[in-house]
Amino acid sequence: MTPMLQVANLRKSFGGVVATDDVNLDVIKGEIHGIIGPNGAGKTTLISQLSGALKPDAGAITLAGKDITHTPAYKRARLGITRSFQITSLVMEMTVLDNIALAVQAQDGTSFRFVKPAHKISHIREKATEYLRQVGLRRRANDLTSSLSHGEHRQMEIALALASEAELMLLDEPMAGLGPEESKNLTEFLLKLKGSRTILLIEHDMDAVFALADRISVLVYGRVIATGPADEIRNNRDVRNAYLGEE
Amino acid sequence: MDYTLLFVQVLNGLQLGLLLFLVASGLTLVFGILDFVNLAHGSIYMFGAFIGASLTLLLGNFLLAVVIAVPLTGVLGYGIERLLARNLYDKDHLDHVLGSFGLILVLDTAAHMIWGPAGISVPLPAWLDGQVELFAGAVIPTYRLLIIAVGLAVAGGLLWLVNYTKLGMLIRAGASNRTMVSALGIDIQTLFALVFALGAMLAGLAGMLIAPITTASIGMGGQIIITTFVVIIIGGIGSMKGAFIGAIIIGLIDTLGRSFLDQLFELFMSESAAETAAPAVSAMMIYILMAAVLAVRPQGLFPPKVR
Amino acid sequence: MGKITKIGWVTAIGMVALAVLPPFFLMTGQAFYLDLATRLVILAIAAVSLNLILGFGGMVSFGHAAFIGLGAYAVGIPAHHATWGGFDLIASYNGLLHLALAIGISALFALITGAISLRTKGVYFIMITMAFGQMAFFLFQSLDVYNGDDGLTIDVRSELPWINLDEPLQLYGLAYVSLVVAMLLTRMIVNSRFGMVLQGAKGNDERMVTLGFNTYFYRLTAYVISGAMCGYSGFLLGNFTTFISPDMMHWTRSGELMFMVILGGASTMFGPVLGSSVFILVEELFSHFTVFWHLPFGLMLIGVVLFIRGGLMGLFKGKRG
Repeated sequence: MTPMLQVANLRKSFGGVVATDDVNLDVIKGEIHGIIGPNGAGKTTLISQLSGALKPDAGAITLAGKDITHTPAYKRARLGITRSFQITSLVMEMTVLDNIALAVQAQDGTSFRFVKPAHKISHIREKATEYLRQVGLRRRANDLTSSLSHGEHRQMEIALALASEAELMLLDEPMAGLGPEESKNLTEFLLKLKGSRTILLIEHDMDAVFALADRISVLVYGRVIATGPADEIRNNRDVRNAYLGEE
Repeated sequence: MDYTLLFVQVLNGLQLGLLLFLVASGLTLVFGILDFVNLAHGSIYMFGAFIGASLTLLLGNFLLAVVIAVPLTGVLGYGIERLLARNLYDKDHLDHVLGSFGLILVLDTAAHMIWGPAGISVPLPAWLDGQVELFAGAVIPTYRLLIIAVGLAVAGGLLWLVNYTKLGMLIRAGASNRTMVSALGIDIQTLFALVFALGAMLAGLAGMLIAPITTASIGMGGQIIITTFVVIIIGGIGSMKGAFIGAIIIGLIDTLGRSFLDQLFELFMSESAAETAAPAVSAMMIYILMAAVLAVRPQGLFPPKVR
Repeated sequence: MGKITKIGWVTAIGMVALAVLPPFFLMTGQAFYLDLATRLVILAIAAVSLNLILGFGGMVSFGHAAFIGLGAYAVGIPAHHATWGGFDLIASYNGLLHLALAIGISALFALITGAISLRTKGVYFIMITMAFGQMAFFLFQSLDVYNGDDGLTIDVRSELPWINLDEPLQLYGLAYVSLVVAMLLTRMIVNSRFGMVLQGAKGNDERMVTLGFNTYFYRLTAYVISGAMCGYSGFLLGNFTTFISPDMMHWTRSGELMFMVILGGASTMFGPVLGSSVFILVEELFSHFTVFWHLPFGLMLIGVVLFIRGGLMGLFKGKRG
């Protein structure tokens, strides 16, 4: 099977610090691919390069056989990559529904319209409401985003990733800052998505990662030190030493 | 082409560039450390010119006047920091711009009330008022050479300050990062006020130096501030090296453009067309240069590393 | 819905006052106040145009006066040639031609300078728009054909069908209707899908790019619309003052325009109108008392920046956010 996303010898350094050190990675269509690693291992830097927010110094990124290494971020989104943010990134001064509607609108390809009020485009509003229902935020639809709790913001991040209808979702620590109950709910939710979307999942919550991921790559100091099925990684001695042992 | 004239004009361009650097260095210092956009920097330059002019007339000695006037503009800068700028640091750049725009109105009107609507011309001592013949035909006013010398000396001092001192380290680190500054055990409030005062002194000095050539006048601050912006945009906002190189480039291009562009244009268009086009193009030239630099490097030639 | 908000009332009262008072002043023989109102309404159009990008798009443009100047010269230059000869291509008193030139040239200038300026952010953007504005200022200052610094007198106003701009009341009527149209147009754009993207990019550019929006392109489009609208206000201003000079484009004029928007309240519909009204009236009042009126005016400006969050419209806002 050809991988959906292929990363070859990706390299990025800031000043003297190498954040991504010749990373090689394959993500297969339909899988949930976990990426674990200690803080400062370069996980977010990796995602930022995949989404196009950061330019790599060297290496190549291929999406479904197409080289996207130099494709700008907004075009990658149109090619079917979306990301969520570890530190919540939303339009705080808009309502919850407006945020999601923007994602739907982006998919709809009808954003360059000047006349009809956005609030009256019912198919977009309905679709956005449906995504909010899925993540359990429907009753918050008309509230200002800034008035929501941290947990609700995390749910919005997921709703946005869903609404962008991307085939490949790059989720950057979706559980960050969630309580055990909320984490469990989100894990179940992502489990339901399994198969219908391809997900690259960065996560610190080991229970969640091992419950969700088909395969896992371990990133330490910018290097992938192991890749394999979840069980294999759990029992890998290097991994235990380098990372899991510290837990 | 008249090479003697070219040489003289290059020196004039250098002199303009160094004056621009004096103003730009203060602006870039204040922005680099305080993250504060001070539109009223040009008005401080104007105040420097007026204070210098008054003291020259009072004391009858230009150099002595400058020596006294420079610290006075420092005090002015200190006052502005205390009374206005300090209250704006926590707000966004739009508020800085509007607040200092208000300050321009206040300072310009104050100058109008104190010194009247007409400009003040500044007499030079006899030994500076003459001309020097550098070589056959190349006659330069002695005073312009003095400006070049002072400009170079200050530039050297500032580059030393930025590259070899603790203050310079803060600037290079992009020390609008307040936690870092306080982690180094520095009283931020004092540091900020001193930096502001230093910036004001540099602008004031520039105003004093130019006054004997152009006279001290109300509108001079508004004129120089935009050119100064162009300088630091080209150089990279917050960068001392960028301010220096940007200032010299702008000084040379502006001066040479105004004096030679018509001759250049006459090479490929009629004399009357060149006479119309040359002033128009030379008026826009520094902005076209700015646009060209930004098209390639949106953060200027020497963007500060950390922001 | 249904219930009119405080802001709605202020807007309605303000707009009715602007419709009714100036003609009343004229009828009672106080033509001076009609003049004042005309200037006010024209500058309000410019402020509304600036608010589209500043308030709703987060683009702090400090060179907007250039568009007013371009619009005014689009009236003055063809009229000048129609009177004195030369430049046959555009020499004309035809108001529709002036209008097309004013809007077309402003849009083009916005497209070119915007394409470069919008590559930058924050302070860079403020300074670059300011510099481009000054570029236009210096360009017209250097054009001796059009009297450079001394400016042009427009001997014949633009000739439009149905409207006679030589009639002060008709000119005012046109300006007032234009203001209403500009406000409605802005509201339409802001509430449209395009407007949602524009405001989203103001609030969180990173998120909008992640969703697949080329935010640069949306910003540039808004910048061009705003520039064209502002150019239109220049067309009116040229016909009102019948004297145009590079001074209209000076960066301090841009600063005043920006202040009007902030004073009234950015990203509200009526804010820029309220702001320019207060600005013009206070200016008028202060300048009656002292030649040094800029001093209290500057202090007022500083006071607004320090103490009035959200501008005057913010005072009428209910609790929200």
